[in-house]
Amino acid sequence: MGVRVQTEDFDVGAEITAMRLSSANIGAVVSFIGQVRDLNDGDNVDSMFLEHYPGMTEKALVEIIAQAKVRWSITDALIVHRIGELKPQDQIVLVLVASAHRQEAFAACECIMDHLKTDAPFWKKEQTQHGLRWVEAKASDEDARHRWKSTTKN
Amino acid sequence: MIHLIKVFYFARLKESLNYSTEDIELPVNVKTIAQLKVHLAERGETWADLFGGQQSIRAAINHALVDNDAIINSGDEVAFFPPVTGG
Repeated sequence: MGVRVQTEDFDVGAEITAMRLSSANIGAVVSFIGQVRDLNDGDNVDSMFLEHYPGMTEKALVEIIAQAKVRWSITDALIVHRIGELKPQDQIVLVLVASAHRQEAFAACECIMDHLKTDAPFWKKEQTQHGLRWVEAKASDEDARHRWKSTTKN
Repeated sequence: MIHLIKVFYFARLKESLNYSTEDIELPVNVKTIAQLKVHLAERGETWADLFGGQQSIRAAINHALVDNDAIINSGDEVAFFPPVTGG
């Protein structure tokens, strides 16, 4: 289990290999990679800056993984989130989940990502052709998070 | 007894206020996040815009997300910020 908040890029292949080889009990590794898009709300995005709340961010991510572990039988999980200046097509976030069987890993990975979207203190500021602007939170992200409250584990 | 807390502001709030942190001595009638927001809104126009209720503001106490009715204790680290947009 681990969380990292960093300005540097990450190597998806190396992270997956390290997790996969950490236990022979692992039968599935699911990954989610978030990438910076060049278009948001109809405007071209030249770059973005990611601010966060040092101290709380790490704690929030650890808690998100801990809750996923209570809900699903997963062997390992990792969240890497970048901060600072990013360009379109830069990797921004990595979520890896390992488990004995794929169903648990798929579900846990999606649940972790949905909670990260609403509970982890990151804020994006975009540089567009119209200048700098803070990205607004989406109601659809709240909806995505809430659906995990009503579905039961099976 | 003096109830001193540390307050942090992030993202849009930090920019509007032009600073990121301060120590605040809590008045005796300020015990919750909601009451602290009202107290801050009384500081002036910029503060009223941010904390007067028109904007969606999230709060954390000691690095945990909390609701408006959360109790603030002396020595707490309180943070105010817009809804998060990571990932």
